[in-house]
Parts: sequence; C-alpha cells; structure tokens
Amino acid sequence: MNTADQYLKAVYVAERVDGGRASTSTLADLLDVSPASATEMIGKLEEQGLVNHEKYKGATLTESGTERAEEAIETYCILQRFLRNVLGVEEYRSEARALESVIDETVAERLDTIIDRPEECPACFDVHNDACSRLSEQEPEEVEAGAE
Amino acid sequence: MSLRQRVSSDHELARLLQIGIVLEEVNEARARRHRDSIGETDETLSTLLAEASEESAEHRQRLETLLEELEATPIPPDEIDALVGDHYAASRPEDFDDVLYDQLCSEESAYKFYDDLIDAIEDSETVFSADRERILERLRSIREQEERGVEAVLELMESES
Repeated sequence: MNTADQYLKAVYVAERVDGGRASTSTLADLLDVSPASATEMIGKLEEQGLVNHEKYKGATLTESGTERAEEAIETYCILQRFLRNVLGVEEYRSEARALESVIDETVAERLDTIIDRPEECPACFDVHNDACSRLSEQEPEEVEAGAE
Repeated sequence: MSLRQRVSSDHELARLLQIGIVLEEVNEARARRHRDSIGETDETLSTLLAEASEESAEHRQRLETLLEELEATPIPPDEIDALVGDHYAASRPEDFDDVLYDQLCSEESAYKFYDDLIDAIEDSETVFSADRERILERLRSIREQEERGVEAVLELMESES
C-alpha cells in the first residue's frame, strides 16, 4: 500500500475518531510521523482532490478520497484476515500494521481468493480497535487453517 | 500503521516469504484448475497454464529454502490447495478470456509482490541471519521470471484478439 493510500486510510479513521474532521495531530499519531510531514502530505492530497483541508480545523475526505480510503481499508482487512485465519498469527493487528506498506492491492486481491470476507467490508471495520469487528468477534476455532 | 517500506527483522522477512509462498501456491493451484476446466480446447493456453503452474511450484520451493535459512515454519501446500478448492467456485473464470485475465492477475500480483519485497529489503539496514545478497539474488531471479510470465500472457491475449 503506497504512502498516499496509507494517509487516506488514516484520514478515514481519524474522521471517525475525532468526530468529523481529521486533525493533524491525530494523523501524525496514527502514522507515526511529525505534524509537519502530515500537513505537507495533506496539502498534496488536497491538490489531487482527495481531501478538503481547513486550517486549524482538520481534513475530510472528498468522494473520490473516500472511495480510495475504503479500498485501502479493504486491502488492510484482507491482510489482517489472511494473517489470522490462514497463517494463524495471533498478533495479526500489529503484524498487519508492520507489513501493510509492502503488500500491494493486487497481491491482496489474490490472497482474497482464499479467505472468507464479509460482504459489508469495509463498513464493518472498527476504527477504535484497528480491525474488522467481525474478525475480532470470531472464535479461534473458526480459523480456516493454522500454519504457524 | 507504518509508512516505511522496509523489512526490519528476520521475523518480518520470514512472514513476507510465507506470504510469497502462499501466493505462489494460490497461483499454482488456480492455473492447474483452469487447465482442468478448459480441457483440450486450446493447446496454447493449456501449455501456458501448465508451465505457469510448474513455475509457481518451483518458485515456492525456492522461497521455502530461504525460509529454512531463517529457521521459520513453511506453509503446507496441501492446506492452501484445499483453501483454493473451497473458494474456487466463487471466483472461477467463465470462459477462455476470463481464464487468460485471471492468469494475467496471477503473474502481475506475483511480479508486484517480489518487486515491493526487493525494494523493502534494499531500503533496510537490518542484518538478517540469512545472507542478504543471496536472498536478493534469488528474489530478483524470480521477479525476472514473473516479468516474462506477464509478457507471455499479454502476447497470447494480443494474438487471440
């Protein structure tokens, strides 16, 4: 997942955490970058028509930004679900965070052919828990194949 | 969430290799099933799928060797084959064009995976327990074959159109 998509995903999450607008400080915390870096990238995304940004208030996703953010969340959910249900990784959330920058959407689409993912994905993504809410509820014995 | 695209430990590298192994297993199993589904209707496509399936199996074995050097657990191929079988009906290509397109997706996703993984290792300063240059050499060689695989499918698509 490229840097722009990771930012859009973070704005999607921060909008919900902050109650409407993604503040620079929340984005910086989520992405582990400096507020200056977050501000610079938000400016670039605004130029591309993917976010609207108002000084001192924060950023919101445009319609096309929301579409891309939802695709990025889907890719992230596929990775989490694959790690937990196919490879049997207990720490699937932290590992997905560490690996998401290396796993492209085209790769995730192939992995998606062997996992069960809810039709409502990515709407069931729990922003406060950083995971699919349906996956968090799943019992360990429902795991598709344990290989670790 | 991590913006950096680099591999920072043996554990992360092993996990990415495991993902690569499963990706190859998926591509191998799907190509084999596609070949079974088209039967003898198109010899060129049948040969391409057979070769692609063999190549994926070979790539998987090369990744498994790297994984062993990192002392990590391999993924049993039969488990992934069973998962592909369980889910195949839902994403099974309908006709010749769909089979070709699905094969292109397999080749492209594998190429992209190795390309990103190589970048992530090159950008990393981590000292791995396996020899870094041997890992990169092996991955670059596999990436080159995947690139030729993409070209072969595109050539067949063009000749059929």
